[in-house]
Amino acid sequence: MANRKLRIMVAKPGLDGHDRGARVLARCFRDAGYETIYTGCHQTPEQIAAAAIQEDIDCVGLSCMSGAHKYLFPECVRQIRALGGDDIQIIGGGIIPKGDYQLLYDAGLKGIFTPGITLDDIVKWINENIVPNVKE
Amino acid sequence: MYFAKELLESSSRMRQRWEDEVKKAVAKWADQKEDWTTVSSLDIKRLYTPEDIKDLNFEEDIGYPGQYPFIRGNQVTGYRGKFWTFRMFSGFGSAYDTNQRWHQLLKAGQTGLSTAFDFPTLMGYDTDDPKARGECGKCGVAIDTLEDFMVLVDGIPMDKITTSMTINPPATALWAMYCAAAEIKGIPLTKIGGTIQNDMLKEFIAQKTLMCPPEPSVKLISDTVEFGTKFVPRWNTISISGYHIREAGSTAVQELAFTLRDGMEYVEDVLKRKGLDVDSFAPRLSFFFNSHIDFFEEIAKLRAARRIWAKAMRDRYKAKDERSWWMRFHTQTAGCSLTAQQPYNNVVRTATEALAAVLGGTQSLHTNSLDEVWCLPTDHAVEIALRTQQIIAEETGAANTIDPLAGSYFVEALTNEMEEQAWDYIHKIDDMGGMIEAIHKGFPQMELADAAYKFQRQIDSNEKIMVGVNKYVTEDEQDIPLLDIDDAIETQQIERLTEVKRKRDSKAAKKSLDDLKNACKKGENVMPYCIEAVKSLCSVQEICDVYREVYGEFRDPAMY
Repeated sequence: MANRKLRIMVAKPGLDGHDRGARVLARCFRDAGYETIYTGCHQTPEQIAAAAIQEDIDCVGLSCMSGAHKYLFPECVRQIRALGGDDIQIIGGGIIPKGDYQLLYDAGLKGIFTPGITLDDIVKWINENIVPNVKE
Repeated sequence: MYFAKELLESSSRMRQRWEDEVKKAVAKWADQKEDWTTVSSLDIKRLYTPEDIKDLNFEEDIGYPGQYPFIRGNQVTGYRGKFWTFRMFSGFGSAYDTNQRWHQLLKAGQTGLSTAFDFPTLMGYDTDDPKARGECGKCGVAIDTLEDFMVLVDGIPMDKITTSMTINPPATALWAMYCAAAEIKGIPLTKIGGTIQNDMLKEFIAQKTLMCPPEPSVKLISDTVEFGTKFVPRWNTISISGYHIREAGSTAVQELAFTLRDGMEYVEDVLKRKGLDVDSFAPRLSFFFNSHIDFFEEIAKLRAARRIWAKAMRDRYKAKDERSWWMRFHTQTAGCSLTAQQPYNNVVRTATEALAAVLGGTQSLHTNSLDEVWCLPTDHAVEIALRTQQIIAEETGAANTIDPLAGSYFVEALTNEMEEQAWDYIHKIDDMGGMIEAIHKGFPQMELADAAYKFQRQIDSNEKIMVGVNKYVTEDEQDIPLLDIDDAIETQQIERLTEVKRKRDSKAAKKSLDDLKNACKKGENVMPYCIEAVKSLCSVQEICDVYREVYGEFRDPAMY
């Protein structure tokens, strides 16, 4: 079990359809050797939480370009925790002004990634910071 | 043959000599890199010569402005009679906020309006739907009912100013509101002009503003084409869009090919479903392209687009009216070419892209603001973007003469090459059974996913350069002022909607929705019923819920 592959879910909460970043990342994670699930656009926080639990996900990567991250990201964290996903690490990215970072960290996001970062740097960060949850 | 035999022979001899010299020079000073390609990875030669365009047929391939094949533009006088329309896409917060921004833009010399709606409106949900939480007014204006719409167009001379509305699944509802607003203001439908984007195929391919499955989505579009043709003759009922395809990661050729093939799909549906004569509606079809950072590739793309469309309309659909052959289009500079880093550099990118759009012969242009990587643009950033167009129009001389790059060995060769590659895609999609079938197979979606991933890898490996991102990077960050949308707007908008629903004649509202549902079931044109529904103060979501109920919902298949 110790060598279980990291299970990651790329999720698009809200009504935003700008999925270029999410789809590029999903492919990047797959190529990096993670078990990757992509939710597609237009997921509610409830749907994302349920999918994360059901799929035994280690890390959820939220993507939002619409400016609604201040509501949607914390709500996703809340729903995931409410379903008992206490070990699931949650990261996010998109068009996120710096002024909003603290609010998102306080809400429980572990990392925030914005335009300009390379795919390799994201994978490196995940390898260093996210450990697959080994269930008893 | 485009050139005399003697000229080609002497060119060939001279080229031999030049190539020998290049070899010597490169042996001494190697080129900076091996591959020289466009931003879309199209190979570009070191030099183009008469031999690259020797097979051009002047009459069939070039011709004159306002004539087949329209490669040199639609207008016989070029930009001398009228510049392209300065049309800045704008919308944020409440209808009142956006109306204020519109008046500011018109005062600043803007010549047409273009509406950005927020995500709930774009997706056919009202502000009070749980799915809409947190999104109200964030990336466009929130419109729930005709009452909001009346505020939006307050003081706007609807018989003089044309308005474009970027709206897709709920296009019938929002266009119905525009028609109803005109009627309330006493302006006949024959006098209003504008555009609804109303292009669902590119939504399935790229932008993912989804509601119903492809087949009924196209049916609703054909309804608007028919209604416009018969009753609103100055309206462009569709803006067949490559913009979003490109932003989602396509190459320039894919943008060209998929957009034009989408256009052909719509033409075929109207012909088949409505039985209209092609010349009765084709002249009002409009297009919308991206102008990306690779200057000549964009110019060639726009010129090729006009020629492909002219050929398709004349030869494939047997249109006889010359105006059916011409392709009119709006252009927007490429949001995805802008960088969050060193944001002031974006002004330069946008100016370059805008110039390419003008040299490519656009009829209408939106220039992005320098801060749009971060937020909706501030007033100041929008003004710089608008002034960028005005400087190109008034100072640079770019509008003095028509299609100034025609005859360039490079531009003509590139135009030919892009056209050829686009036709290959178009025929491939024909062989799949058309664009709807291709979408069901995931073909265009996966082509985009591949191209987007490849480009990102090229940026990450410094194979392609973005200044400030992977070269000339600076540590100190430039802070720019950002526009913040007040979260209180959501509460106010919900209160507004609740009040409208409370005071409206609920029986009339219900009846109009029932009538719409019956029309959908019977396959009638929905537009007259939509206009009645919005006049009865039915909301965008109430109308779209009818569509969802009758036609079913389409969910993102999440391909990557």
